[in-house]
Amino acid sequence: MVMNAATASQTSLILDELIVCPQCDAAYKLKQPGHGERAICQRCHKVLIAPRQNAGLRIIAIALAVVFLIMGAALFPFLTIDAAGNKNAVSILDAALAFSGGPMILLSLATAALIVFIPLTRVLLTLYVLVPVVLDRPPARHAIKAFRISEAMRPWSMAEIFAIGCAVALVKVADLAHVGFGPAFWMFGILVALIIAQDSFMCKWSVWNSLEHPKKS
Amino acid sequence: MVCMELAGTPQEIVSARDLGVVACTRCTKAWPLGTQTCARCGHVLVSRDRLSLQRVWAYWLMGLVCYIPANVFPMLETKTLYQIDESTIIGGAVELAQHGNLGIAAIILLASVVIPLGKFWAVAFLAISVKQKDAASKHQRQFLYEIVEYIGRWSMIDIFVVAILSALVQLKTLASINPGPASIFFALSVIFTMLSAQAFDSRMIWDVQAKDGGPERNE
Repeated sequence: MVMNAATASQTSLILDELIVCPQCDAAYKLKQPGHGERAICQRCHKVLIAPRQNAGLRIIAIALAVVFLIMGAALFPFLTIDAAGNKNAVSILDAALAFSGGPMILLSLATAALIVFIPLTRVLLTLYVLVPVVLDRPPARHAIKAFRISEAMRPWSMAEIFAIGCAVALVKVADLAHVGFGPAFWMFGILVALIIAQDSFMCKWSVWNSLEHPKKS
Repeated sequence: MVCMELAGTPQEIVSARDLGVVACTRCTKAWPLGTQTCARCGHVLVSRDRLSLQRVWAYWLMGLVCYIPANVFPMLETKTLYQIDESTIIGGAVELAQHGNLGIAAIILLASVVIPLGKFWAVAFLAISVKQKDAASKHQRQFLYEIVEYIGRWSMIDIFVVAILSALVQLKTLASINPGPASIFFALSVIFTMLSAQAFDSRMIWDVQAKDGGPERNE
């Protein structure tokens, strides 16, 4: 419904009216879809624009919840283990920092970053960018840079993969010892669902567009 | 879901390059061909990244080199009362299967062997096929590229399992699990293959069509 393919014969092109699929370089005339609609590239079927009603507010609400959950999930005991009187409780940070000795330290730092710090940074950057936009204020200083970093971090935010890793680890240990769930385990479960929901609400194009054309309040 | 409506037949889809336009791959904004950086988001603008394939192959090779020690060295060192057991990635999965945990063994084999090897093949295939006119269909290649982009991160699962196990199972003399040297190589291999897939310029997949249709242009 939303866009028509531009043809090469058109000589006068207004660049502002053009949208180009970043994945396959197909050019379209820009026509903004309504709430709940999606503009999809005809050639490679990438979603180009997908605005949702009140997406900004929802993302902010989720992001606030995620900030507190990440901090809780990282610090409270995550899993406890009990075998013949020997007990051990670990937090997510303990798990991330399990690689020790020599070059393994680097792996520890990388793991901690992938599970805790990159998701946390992404959420904080998202809040920094979106709060002024949703409140109809001019964008925050360096908002464009912040959003850029947040988008570059997207593939490196691996909280949901860690959650599946947990399930695998639990089965591996289950016949060795009794494993219990700490409070952080449940926080982390909710966290993963929220991060996935947040990514599905986020329409990158709409954010770029509103950063470029801020509403005058 | 709302699909777009085309004015004409699918043949009328035009690449931005043929319109004399270069698009920002990060924020999709269009600029005249020759513009250096996107004024909206600051991303470097390149119509077709000529160095893309070089970077793809460099990261690909690094990933492959790291993948070999990742499978030769032990991933986990399990110390129990009587014995020290060192298992490689495949050895650990086989052990799990022998204990009856077929599902988990399958997940580990899938995440640590099938997906990485499949990724090496897929990235190599894509990088070679953009040079050839009549390899696979463009849609199949696009599909392959999307799978590679999406699935690559999931190989990290094994690293996280090792991390959780070695932090959790520290029961003094009874049993303890420690990460083996393979873990760092495996993590590096995953990171390099992710970088390799990111370096690939997927717009090249569709250029064969453009070359058939119109006159070829330089950037």
